[in-house]
Amino acid sequence: MAEILIRFLIGGAVVSGFAALGEMLRPKSFAGLFGAAPSVALATLGLTLARQGQLYAGSEAHSMIAGAAAFFVYAVCTSCVMRRFPARALPVTLGLLPLWFAVAFAVGRLVG
Amino acid sequence: MRFDLKPVSARPSALAETAWYEYAIRFVFGGLITAAAGIIAKKYGPITGGLFLAFPAIFPSGATLIEKRERERKARAGLTGVCRARLAVAADAAGAAMGCVGLIVFATAVWRWLNEFPAPLVIAGATLAWAMTSGMIWIAWKRHWVRH
Repeated sequence: MAEILIRFLIGGAVVSGFAALGEMLRPKSFAGLFGAAPSVALATLGLTLARQGQLYAGSEAHSMIAGAAAFFVYAVCTSCVMRRFPARALPVTLGLLPLWFAVAFAVGRLVG
Repeated sequence: MRFDLKPVSARPSALAETAWYEYAIRFVFGGLITAAAGIIAKKYGPITGGLFLAFPAIFPSGATLIEKRERERKARAGLTGVCRARLAVAADAAGAAMGCVGLIVFATAVWRWLNEFPAPLVIAGATLAWAMTSGMIWIAWKRHWVRH
């Protein structure tokens, strides 16, 4: 339980930090880079290395490649939909999340 | 596709425009996904857990905030700002897509180097690789694709 709480606090702080950094920057496309910062990974890897070791953390990083590829597809689709259709951000970004799951698990099977 | 061609600038005062609950939402979502990644890894193994290290945890809330800000800004000028808000979210998402290429480089660097070099050095190097890859792709995109 303590480990989950530590993960929650570190994750919240690192993710918020990157988000704040992105918020200060202009133009929007450059600030968007920070939306795909390795914030969750940075918050997680240190604890994983300390508790489970390098081999375990390496496996997580290998699998993260699939997650990042899925994030790429998700972000490209979000950009295309927002540019071409009169849609609101929240339904589009939430509605496309199943795409992340589909691509992540499909690519994960291929590279894993 | 044509987005703005302004140079990169930082505006720290933008942080003061953000409401406390917007920071709280990001903190909670960021914390939840980090905790969830740990729980999932423990239950289903590092292969499944690792996927969630690149989950777009706060992307929806960030995009919604950008949309809201752009609408409010245009509303002050007596415009609806609907189109401008959509394009701002699209530009942010395009930036995130470029950042994702850097994220793939980050993950690959950690995976390949973790067994060969000290962990702090690997994590620092991978983070630098993310920043450089993302930045270079963004510069190339601005120079060669947006202008033409």
